[in-house]
Amino acid sequence: MFLTISTTGTAGAPATDLGFLLHKHPDRAQQFSTSHGTAHVLYPEATAERCTAALLLEIDPVALVRRSKSQGRGGAPDSALAQYVNDRPYAASSLLAVALAAVFSSALKGQCAARPELPGTSMPLRIEVPVLPARGGAGLVHRLFAPLGWAVTAQPVELDERFPEWGHSRYVQLVLEGELPLADALRHLYVLLPVLDDAKHYWVSPDEVEKLLRAGAGWLESHPEQRLITSRYLARRWSLTRDALARLAEADDAEAEELDNAVDEEADTEEKPVPLAVRRREAILGALRAAGAERVLDLGCGQGQLVGELLKDTRFTEIVGVDVSMRALKEASRRLRLERMTERQSARVRLLQGSLAYTDRRLAGYDAAVLSEVIEHLDLPRLPALEYAVFGAARPATVVVTTPNVEYNVRWESLPAGHVRHADHRFEWNRDEFRTWADAVAERHGYGVEFAPVGPDDPEVGPPTQMAVFHKLKSDKPTPHNETAKEAKAV
Amino acid sequence: MNAMNGPTPTPAPAPDHRTLAVPDLSLVVLVGATGSGKSTFAARHFKPTEVVSSDFCRALVSDDENDQSASGDAFDVLHYIAGKRLAAGRLTVVDATNVQPEARKQLVALARQYDVLPVAIVLDVPEQICAERNAARPDRAGLPRRVIQRHQRELRRSLRHLEREGFRKVHVLRGAAETDAAEIVLERRFNDLRHVTGPFDIVGDIHGCRSELETLLTALGYALTRDDAGRPVDAAHPDGRTAVFVGDLVDRGPDSPGVLRLVMGMVAAGHALCVPGNHENKLGRYLSGRKVQHSHGLAETIEQLEREDAADPDFRARVREFIESLVSHYVLDGGALVVCHAGLPEKYHGRTSGRVRSHALYGDTTGETDEFGLPVRYPWAEDYRGRAAVVYGHTPTPSATWLNNTICLDTGAVFGGRMTALRWPERELVGVPAERVWYEPTKPLASEAPGGADGRPLDLADVTGRRSVETRHMGRVAVKEENAAAALEVMSRFAVDPRLLTYLPPTMAPCATSKEEGYLEHPAEAFAAYRADGVRQVVCEEKHMGSRAVVLVCRDADVARERFGAPEGASGALYTRTGRPFFDDPEMTERVLGRLGRCVGAAGLWAELDTDWLLLDAELMPWSLKAAGLLRNQYAAVGAAARTVFPGVLTALESAAARGVDVADLLGRQRERAEDAEAFTEAYGRYCWPVGDTTRGWPGESEEPAPGRPGRADAGAGGTDGLDGIRLAPFQILAAQGRSLAALPHDEQLALIDRLIDAEAALASSPADGDGTYLNRLLAPTGRLVVDTEDETSVAAGVRWWLELTAAGGEGMVVKPLAALLRGADGRLVQPGVKCRGREYLRIIYGPEYTRPDNLARLRVRHLGHKRSLALREYALGLEALDRLAAGEPLWRVHEAVFGILALESEPVDPRL
Repeated sequence: MFLTISTTGTAGAPATDLGFLLHKHPDRAQQFSTSHGTAHVLYPEATAERCTAALLLEIDPVALVRRSKSQGRGGAPDSALAQYVNDRPYAASSLLAVALAAVFSSALKGQCAARPELPGTSMPLRIEVPVLPARGGAGLVHRLFAPLGWAVTAQPVELDERFPEWGHSRYVQLVLEGELPLADALRHLYVLLPVLDDAKHYWVSPDEVEKLLRAGAGWLESHPEQRLITSRYLARRWSLTRDALARLAEADDAEAEELDNAVDEEADTEEKPVPLAVRRREAILGALRAAGAERVLDLGCGQGQLVGELLKDTRFTEIVGVDVSMRALKEASRRLRLERMTERQSARVRLLQGSLAYTDRRLAGYDAAVLSEVIEHLDLPRLPALEYAVFGAARPATVVVTTPNVEYNVRWESLPAGHVRHADHRFEWNRDEFRTWADAVAERHGYGVEFAPVGPDDPEVGPPTQMAVFHKLKSDKPTPHNETAKEAKAV
Repeated sequence: MNAMNGPTPTPAPAPDHRTLAVPDLSLVVLVGATGSGKSTFAARHFKPTEVVSSDFCRALVSDDENDQSASGDAFDVLHYIAGKRLAAGRLTVVDATNVQPEARKQLVALARQYDVLPVAIVLDVPEQICAERNAARPDRAGLPRRVIQRHQRELRRSLRHLEREGFRKVHVLRGAAETDAAEIVLERRFNDLRHVTGPFDIVGDIHGCRSELETLLTALGYALTRDDAGRPVDAAHPDGRTAVFVGDLVDRGPDSPGVLRLVMGMVAAGHALCVPGNHENKLGRYLSGRKVQHSHGLAETIEQLEREDAADPDFRARVREFIESLVSHYVLDGGALVVCHAGLPEKYHGRTSGRVRSHALYGDTTGETDEFGLPVRYPWAEDYRGRAAVVYGHTPTPSATWLNNTICLDTGAVFGGRMTALRWPERELVGVPAERVWYEPTKPLASEAPGGADGRPLDLADVTGRRSVETRHMGRVAVKEENAAAALEVMSRFAVDPRLLTYLPPTMAPCATSKEEGYLEHPAEAFAAYRADGVRQVVCEEKHMGSRAVVLVCRDADVARERFGAPEGASGALYTRTGRPFFDDPEMTERVLGRLGRCVGAAGLWAELDTDWLLLDAELMPWSLKAAGLLRNQYAAVGAAARTVFPGVLTALESAAARGVDVADLLGRQRERAEDAEAFTEAYGRYCWPVGDTTRGWPGESEEPAPGRPGRADAGAGGTDGLDGIRLAPFQILAAQGRSLAALPHDEQLALIDRLIDAEAALASSPADGDGTYLNRLLAPTGRLVVDTEDETSVAAGVRWWLELTAAGGEGMVVKPLAALLRGADGRLVQPGVKCRGREYLRIIYGPEYTRPDNLARLRVRHLGHKRSLALREYALGLEALDRLAAGEPLWRVHEAVFGILALESEPVDPRL
């Protein structure tokens, strides 16, 4: 909410020219009403040698919360902005960028009626932003500002000196020094403050693209981080509302992301498929085809990647994707374009919320069920419940289970030793552990089981993914409906 | 066969006054030509809502009740409505011509689908009268005569076949006069004994074990009557109790005739009821001359019966008659109890059809056979969710166990097990051991009762969708679908095993908003509110600022495994308010539980409360232990931002002021804001301290520790168990074996908890005690003060206590009725507690600058209604979970209530309340 812009000057080109450029008189404190609070402009120093303009945005935290009141019940504000304990009143966020553009609009456009020659002139500038939220840290701050000709000092801010183990905050103290036209400097700030803030409560209006093009003219095109800047600036954040799951996180003093983490929108998309995931789907489809399955359950379908593959093969006449996460199902529905499918197509597929911690009679009687990269997301003590729900209650003829092979982790260069592959993996098994479990499950529930590698089968550590295919044994002989059968009932 | 199940042809005509018997739950099909007066007849004898007419349905779908082209759709609607009514157990009358066999066939099928009897009432009215009636109706005046003639022809052709078509009663009314004079009499179904209320003693499978039966009846308090030969022929209970036999009286055992004689005598004397078992059914078929295999112990019975013949040649006939008179199942005691041989799903209760009888006799089978060649039984009881208790036998199990409100009483007496009876409504089991193994079982007795403690998961239908949970204290509590969906995700992905998750704490509303200057919350409001509710004695309890924790602590891991299905090595559970494990590391959980368990033992509470487990509600500190993510990303972040920005801001403003720029107001305001931010940082910092590492100094070690924050002295020296700095403040013991303690007054609660704390202190100072002394203290006491809301001095003392507590950095306090569980004058539950949070603490909630007058003025506009209602609903569900747990109800019943609390927690409500 605070930044200063300083320049130095000479008798011929006094520093106080800054006042002309900013259209704000150095001897007066002025205030402006902006959409999120009152902006003050004042000059702590204003001499020919040195002139500093300060922009202070006073944000009213109560108003910030109450503005988004409409979404809650009983006056309860319900959006992510609706947090009285909020850094917005202190940090140089997107709100400050908005105020900057409003208060210094002519300067930003490079207009100066009184001194038309000034805006085009480079001048020595020093910009201080004492608290800059910087997702990506000081390194990113350098990468963003340095290519624009700034000498960058970005000092990380400690969270709380009483608790050094908490480490650094996401804020840096930023000092930029360079010689360039003021309008350029302001436009850099206007675009890069929100990009660094990258907060979840950053919203995008339809004309945002044009604003970016205007403010980025002349520097953004050639910026090495252009992609990151554009994508962050225009990022459309999902669900600003505090939904039911976020409220449960709140009840537990946890962050929403701690519970609401079932969907990774970046991973394994149509555009950027993960090679191993593709291999896995091929292996699963192969197993399903070999089993002659037509009606298939995808248990833990996530964002519907496998469902999409199954849809492409008409031998699969009924495909049911089941997931416990409503967000995943919504995302799956969007990706599969369920609403736009022809009736003939959409009749083949259904998405259901379900949970393998419970038996579910809707899942009984299918040819096959797939549990692809699912079991490792359960705490081990809860695995028997899944086992019963699938093998004891639903009892499909074929069950395909895939899970990571932890032995292979040493082959992942990017994976630190001893780490699991995904933050939500509650365990990862080696080949022996997986086989032991699968054999026992098969034995308990009357299935036979075979194993197959997925991905390169390393002679030493095995494949990255291990797969088990269970087939229900046909020992249950149908009994003729005669007197003997009736007698048999009379135990 | 009882009369119920056989067709009852109406005797030929024709007194003036005909009474037509109709079972009170049946599908009545009116049959008659157009104009025969069906609608008039239906209107005279049945409620308008009981009658579904084809004309009405035709109008529904086509706007014209005579539009014959709409008949297809109209009958779909008619069948749909009739089906819904029958499923709900309501008598239904179909008003359509029904003169064609195809039309009736569909209705008979509908009746069978819902297991009710189809009844035909034929209105055979002369063509002339039909024609006159139609002529009188403008919309039918044009109906050709030949339509009536065709109807009449079809009706005549049908008459003889109605019974064969499946109608169990056929009433034919000939002529207008007889039709007009007829009267309907509703008859009770044979299985409907709701008016018989017992008390009952329900006896499991006997299989010819006459001697054990005598012993059991005697144990139940029955006096036996014997004939001249000394054989028991009757038994009566001095208190007029009624015995109910679940069938399988005969076969395999030593004296099936003796058992029959006794039971038949008791039934004849009105001392007992009896439902048939599959063995009676087969014996009945044998006695009526059908060819049956003499397997499964029938051979023994036949042999025993042959020995009877000489002395009592009539005995066989009486047995046959007795068996034929048996009704497949009974609905008793106002509908609360259903007795049958092999169990019955709710939709079959009180119904009458072949398959109901078959299920009652044989149970449900999957069609598969097991390795012993026996049919695989479908575990219908696992799916049972009905309100009525179903008591049955048929499947031998080692011990009788309640499952989903059903219980199987066959404990294998003939196989050398026990003979078991259930006292109703006491729900008390009485059993006697078998005198010997009378018959070798084909396969060993199942090692567990059906669906017993085998880790079978709950069913999704127990928890999802829009639900309504019946509670003892608040009636039905509704759960919305979207909230259930969110709860399902958390329950499935993050929570501890549902068997360990027997309770979740309800949310709590704050006191009404204070108008006191500088305060948003103030205890005066809490005291005033309870006074208004008529609650005099309240207890103020210090509110610990940590994270809510529910603790299930068992005497040892064996108890935890047997009673709660805990995983190997776990002696209970420690979880958050959304059911997540408090510690990621089970080892840490065990350390806390181990310490707590030892304190319970040392305080003598296991014995005193006659339990080997306790469920406690507590606060676990420090806050930073669980809320680390939130602290770093929100609270500390805000503090860091404020602390870093203000020095620059103030310097800039001071410089500007020095230059003569008028920024005095602005500067003053920023100084205040900087102070507020400082106070905010102080506020959250009080509830953070390091744990499990004694090498590091504590923040502010030299300062006097705040009440919420135990200093070193209070917490003891460092230990080696990783518990350093962790403090658990239990404030309520929720339940123990067989009882909910939710209604135990809070002073008694706190007295019990104080003993735990004293026990820990004693353990710490007694070097003789086992594995060394505890250097640190886990358990933290809860400060409290009892206030009389009618006494001004006492109220003032309460306010003062709160001011001191919060001035020293405490979070605040909770004010609760001393009597714990209370109802107001209007009979409704009183809030179980309200919180009054301290002025400084509230900065964490309402932001650093909330105390500024213009902020406070706006923040005072807050709406507590929804939060209060939510608090009460969650409280009622919590009490319900504890009551169900105490009553030993099945897991799904406890889980239903617990899940409801979690779902309600996701309702949108102002999170700052």
